[in-house]
Amino acid sequence: MKMTRRTGLALVLAMATGLFGGMTAKAAEPLKVGFVYVGPIGDHGYSYQHDQGRLAVEKHFGDKVKTTYVENVAEGADAERVIRQLAAAGNDIIFTTSFGFMNPTAKVAKQFPKVKFEHATGYLRGPNLATYMARFYEGRYVAGIAAGRLTKSNKLGYIASFPIPEVVRGVNAFTLAARSVNPKAEVRVVWVNSWYDPGKEREAAEALMAQGVDVLAQHTDSAAPVQAAEEKGVWAIGQASDMSRFGPKSHLTAIVDDWSGYYIDRVQAVMDGTWKSTDTWHGFDADMVRLAPFNPATPADVKAEALSVEQQIKDHKLHPFTGPIKDQSGKEVVAAGKTVSDADLLKMNWFVEGVIGSMPK
Amino acid sequence: MALHLELRPEPSRAMLFVAPMLAIALTVATGGVLFAALGFSPLPALKVFFLSPLGDLYGISELLLKATPLAIIAVALALGFRGNVWNIGAEGQLIMGAVASGGVALALYDVSGYWVLPVVLLAGVAGGALYAGIPAFLRIRFHANEILTSLMLNYVATLFLAWLVHGPWRSPEGYNFPESRMFTDSALMPVLLEGTRLHVGALLAPVVALIAWVILSRSFLGFQIKVIGMTPAAGSYAGFGPKRVIAFTLMFGGGMAGLAGAMEICGPIGQLVPTVSPGYGYTAIIAAFLGRLHPFGILLAALLLALTYIGGDAAQISLGVPLAVTQVFQGMILFFLLACDVLIRYRVRLAARPSLGGAA
Repeated sequence: MKMTRRTGLALVLAMATGLFGGMTAKAAEPLKVGFVYVGPIGDHGYSYQHDQGRLAVEKHFGDKVKTTYVENVAEGADAERVIRQLAAAGNDIIFTTSFGFMNPTAKVAKQFPKVKFEHATGYLRGPNLATYMARFYEGRYVAGIAAGRLTKSNKLGYIASFPIPEVVRGVNAFTLAARSVNPKAEVRVVWVNSWYDPGKEREAAEALMAQGVDVLAQHTDSAAPVQAAEEKGVWAIGQASDMSRFGPKSHLTAIVDDWSGYYIDRVQAVMDGTWKSTDTWHGFDADMVRLAPFNPATPADVKAEALSVEQQIKDHKLHPFTGPIKDQSGKEVVAAGKTVSDADLLKMNWFVEGVIGSMPK
Repeated sequence: MALHLELRPEPSRAMLFVAPMLAIALTVATGGVLFAALGFSPLPALKVFFLSPLGDLYGISELLLKATPLAIIAVALALGFRGNVWNIGAEGQLIMGAVASGGVALALYDVSGYWVLPVVLLAGVAGGALYAGIPAFLRIRFHANEILTSLMLNYVATLFLAWLVHGPWRSPEGYNFPESRMFTDSALMPVLLEGTRLHVGALLAPVVALIAWVILSRSFLGFQIKVIGMTPAAGSYAGFGPKRVIAFTLMFGGGMAGLAGAMEICGPIGQLVPTVSPGYGYTAIIAAFLGRLHPFGILLAALLLALTYIGGDAAQISLGVPLAVTQVFQGMILFFLLACDVLIRYRVRLAARPSLGGAA
């Protein structure tokens, strides 16, 4: 009783003065874990999946951890303040989950050398700043296999957010996969310039369907395209979360982000004192990317083929970016048998053959 | 017995000051009830929300940092609002200011010198002012409604900035991510307090407020703004049309929004990114009205709004209060302020209902 009261007091003091570290006996206290989300948590989507990871950490460690999150943090001047507040409040490890938090995280990491920082999707690292991201393109490749098989019009649609390498990689993986099983398939890309804008996403979905697209994929966060597909009776592939409840008939599968395993490992590493600044890029192999269950109406052979491709990628027998790969002009960019290196994947800014549409430049 | 509103013979000067205080008190009281309803004990929650950001020097520096762009933009917008010129495009003007200053900062990437930053900031002012010149020209020349034109231009500015950072101004070292290079020290705002992000721009906010006050209360232009604001026709009888007022207030508002944009990218952000403002250009409109369109009132209003943002973060971090509560707080302040405005022009009387209305 006395002990907890004293540590409680120390904690309050530490928070009040903004100083933390070394003041209190750490073993007696829960490890504090902070999360910064770019969007509201809501009930599906990118930030929601990160929050599911946070909840998994809480469930796994029980009262050995105390987690805190700040949602809907604007990328820009505000991010640094929020990250710093979390560090000053005594969090031992802080996950900043959007690309735009990179420079702010790096700045705060320099000011708080004892706190561990983890930034998702960026490339800046430091002694106490690690990076992590998921190979979502693996999921998109499998979805592309199913889409290439299911399309009757040979027109696939892709609702894209911003022309950053992550998104471009996804479009390319989806296209390569679809054309590997159906050389006539083409992928039409519409940019909505937003990660989450149900109105624009729906418009994009409708415009694509009006052009004859019969399988929709999306790299935006709302369920609007899935809903629009449900109304028109075409297939849709969900993003970040399982979106099947928004389109029971249309939802083919979804590329699901699963951060739980990574977050638990990293928190454990801080507890054990083995945390190191690393650069993690996992996919199916570490269950960081999963596919939502296929729609019950999916033809059995299509489903079996997709799952077999998933297994091959998981076992590192198949790399989605294996040549020959041609760009939009038909020029061979990757020779047969060669695979695109991670370094080139990370800065990919060109489309493969079969993508209709251009990068806004 | 019932409450009655009675028109005052003239607006109450006392209420002009009491009404905002009352609005804040009502917000705090309702906020306490809200916290209690959500299962937080009200007093500690209110303390975290409103006082914890002021608990240390760093917190205060962040408050001033956040209030600076709000205050600079709102003070300038208020001049226009006084003169019936409704510039809703400060967000776009801020972005174009950031674009112009960012362009200069990138062009002078390898140059160092004390003159770099002033040139960069002036480019920001010019960028914002020229961008606001478009709705000014359209209004003067074609009588196009500046509310619509200035608002629509916000979207154009956002997309223009996005195009620049995705394309020509993208950092060569940045893995094709949409960001410019980080600016060099010559183009960065000097920090006022070691260890904080508070930069010299914070000193400009009171200066801009003072300039606006002098214009408004001591200059012929200010007189014209007020006359046209109250009765547009009176201006033309007195021999001056609205053109000068429209051009000046729009471009002054744009220039100051551009300055705020330049100071954001040369201050806390340090580079051009797709999102340079979390909506300062819109929030500034609220700050202008919360400050009753008076330059010094606006300084206080900007501080108060900044406090609700930072307090909202603090409440999320230390109590787990959802973000929506912050937004409810901001809504309540404005709502109560508008409601309390009634007291300026009306008196509340407790009186028996006149017989005409039937039984009391």
